[in-house]
Amino acid sequence: MSNTTPSPVGDIVALEGVTKRFPGIVANDSIDLSIRPGEVHVLLGENGAGKSTLIGMLSGLQQPDEGRILVDGKPTPITSPRQALALGIGTVFQHMMLVPTLTVAENLLLGGPWWQRPRTEELEARVAEISKSLGIVVKLHARVSELSLGEQQQVEIVRAMVRNSRLLILDESTSMLTPQGIEELGALMRRLVEQGLAIVFITHKLKEAAAFGDRISVLKLGRKVGEIPPERFRALGEQEIISEIVELMFGKRKDDPEAAERPLGSVRAEAAPLLQVADLEVAATENAPGLSAISFDIRPGEILGIAGIDGNGQKQLAEALAGQRAATGGSVRLAGAAIETLSVSERSRLGLRYLTDDRLGEGTVGTFPVSINFFLKQVGAAPFWRNGVEQRTEIDRRAGELVREYDVRTPSLKTPVARLSGGNIQKVLLARELAEGAKVVIFNKPTYGLDLANTLASRQRIGDAAQRGLAVLLISTDLEELLSICNRIAVMANGSLVGTVANAEDARTRVGRLMIGLAA
Amino acid sequence: MTGLLSEVFLSALLFGAVTAAIPLLLAGLGEQMSEKAGVLNIGIEGMMLAGAYLGFVGAFYSGSLWLGFLTGVAGGMAVALVMALLCVRIGLNQIVIGIALTLGLEGLTALLHHFQFSRSYPRLPAPNPTVIPTLADIPVIGPAFFKHHLIVYLAVALVFAMRYLYRRTQLGLNLQAAGDKPAALDVAGIDVVKTRTIAVLSTGALAGLGGAYLANVGAGLFIPFITNGAGFLGIVLAMLARGRPVWVLFGALLFGVCLSLTTAMQVAGINIPTDVIQMLPFLAVMIMLVLFGRRASLPAALGIPYERGAR
Repeated sequence: MSNTTPSPVGDIVALEGVTKRFPGIVANDSIDLSIRPGEVHVLLGENGAGKSTLIGMLSGLQQPDEGRILVDGKPTPITSPRQALALGIGTVFQHMMLVPTLTVAENLLLGGPWWQRPRTEELEARVAEISKSLGIVVKLHARVSELSLGEQQQVEIVRAMVRNSRLLILDESTSMLTPQGIEELGALMRRLVEQGLAIVFITHKLKEAAAFGDRISVLKLGRKVGEIPPERFRALGEQEIISEIVELMFGKRKDDPEAAERPLGSVRAEAAPLLQVADLEVAATENAPGLSAISFDIRPGEILGIAGIDGNGQKQLAEALAGQRAATGGSVRLAGAAIETLSVSERSRLGLRYLTDDRLGEGTVGTFPVSINFFLKQVGAAPFWRNGVEQRTEIDRRAGELVREYDVRTPSLKTPVARLSGGNIQKVLLARELAEGAKVVIFNKPTYGLDLANTLASRQRIGDAAQRGLAVLLISTDLEELLSICNRIAVMANGSLVGTVANAEDARTRVGRLMIGLAA
Repeated sequence: MTGLLSEVFLSALLFGAVTAAIPLLLAGLGEQMSEKAGVLNIGIEGMMLAGAYLGFVGAFYSGSLWLGFLTGVAGGMAVALVMALLCVRIGLNQIVIGIALTLGLEGLTALLHHFQFSRSYPRLPAPNPTVIPTLADIPVIGPAFFKHHLIVYLAVALVFAMRYLYRRTQLGLNLQAAGDKPAALDVAGIDVVKTRTIAVLSTGALAGLGGAYLANVGAGLFIPFITNGAGFLGIVLAMLARGRPVWVLFGALLFGVCLSLTTAMQVAGINIPTDVIQMLPFLAVMIMLVLFGRRASLPAALGIPYERGAR
């Protein structure tokens, strides 16, 4: 890798074969990385690719299990945030790290020796100097809670500068900014690297990577799958870079076990659609994009995939269909009957099921036993409850059947569901939602965070459901997953569907092009 | 009824109010510090009792009130150390540990006192007041406010010292950050556990001093359960004062007046059942909670143990 070849500019920080494991997953798998002054090094990857873990290790919050971190060429363990700061590594975390009840100045002063009086005058002079050189305005005496997210982020960047950081890490910094705020951040990063700083910029948005980066490393499932060095970066045009990244991120490798092609279920073209969605609209809220003019049909036995970068309205679509989010317009028909005004439970009773991606938060009650979680949506209904009293034997009998049928690995039916692994919680959800009466099932990122075996098993279940004649809407950010089981794939961007392609030979390129904003 | 308005009665009432207010003030200031740093310190009643008992024992055997205050502080801090270990370092539930400490210390101090003194309740000699010249000569006000033990003036000075600490010092910033957003403090390079430990130990010291004052100056003796909820009133004061030490002072004086009325009315020979009068401070608590409690904003991370990297 790059750190084996000596370069004119030395690395400020380099990672060598860094591995970090958490129970059940390998978050980072022998990662090499070189971070140099005057460069914006983009770390690109989907959720769960291991970006945040990498940042945690650089900022002293976590320690690697294997491999080493070199600072200025010397192996240096970073054991605490304090030490990271002392080494000149400043981090702007995805979640703001400012105390909302203190002023900007007080936040910048945090971390000084406790016996000292805060050196306000010194700080003011320093901040004036920094903000002038960066061309930004910092309201030192405003309370942090009064600032916009963009302003708070600038404060965090200024804080890193005040502490003489040589390396600035920006973790998903654009995720909460407006398009204009993103442009400003890009310009600010450029000015910072011109001053000789090194920047590590973490994002899952391809366009930002291409627009702001000098060097791009692509992470996938904890491994670094490729790097585009600055020389190549300069030689390529933006579109070429993007297509190269798409190749790295979504490209198929020969040894990829996920690539096993599944025979697609046949869909009878003459069958009437089970789910018809026409011009569905949802108003945007402060922290979620809206939906506009969403229309599609799904026939019995068909799997329609929704591809797209996370956060483009996929969750809103799923919730609007399930009835958890109010639609502001359009119609939803289930087997011909309009359901857009029905409640969540009425839709569920008619056969519309939704498997949330938030398995523990929204999908299950973690402290309840596995058995009860199977019937959460039927609480109070016969035969599991009679006259308001739980029918323990009936629940356990049926739960036992489901555990066997869906191969849920649980110590007992009474085990609190939160104690199971992600894969087994997903099986509980699958069993619950695919139970009697399901006609249309919406899966939102069904394999997110699961290991390979459980991922394949879940896909098998989804395929089987379609084979049984159910209509399936599969929302996923994993293109491989969509290509392996969908009949058609629609691409979502900014709350609308930008195109739908049949899952044929050229689907991969056509979907990829749609995802980055080109016509298929 | 004329006795109610006489100079003697009023100054006795106010003098008693100040005496009763000082333990509440110290407890309130201590609790305020813990809460600012994000630790809900329900064990403060136990810390006060430890301070009262050890403070009394120290003063009784040494014959020096000041040495008694010192042992009282040490007693409060010893209990606080347990709290800091269990709740700050190990991260156990602050409410459960707090209650356990209070109940445990109630039993322990009563038991120790019984071993030592059996059923007798020896008294300490009356404390020597520090009379502030000229001010003490003002009618009513003078004898009420300016003829107290030196520690009273120091406690009031402490209010302003705390105000300075919170507003103007680095430690004050650190404490507030530890309570409002501990993760931000951590990434700023300051140890959250250490900061909170300092806060809890300070709480113990203040509560211990408050307890020692209660036994040595207020009552002149130790009886089991002598604090009688003073620590809990301190918690209420800290919550109502929302981080402002001066408010703790005013609140403590208000409660002090209510407590003092109990004795003063008996002195004045007014025939109201004492049970009714003894309810006054708690009635005042309820009224104040209704009036101001709604706006009380507590630190965001209050009661939540800090764990690095946990979301």
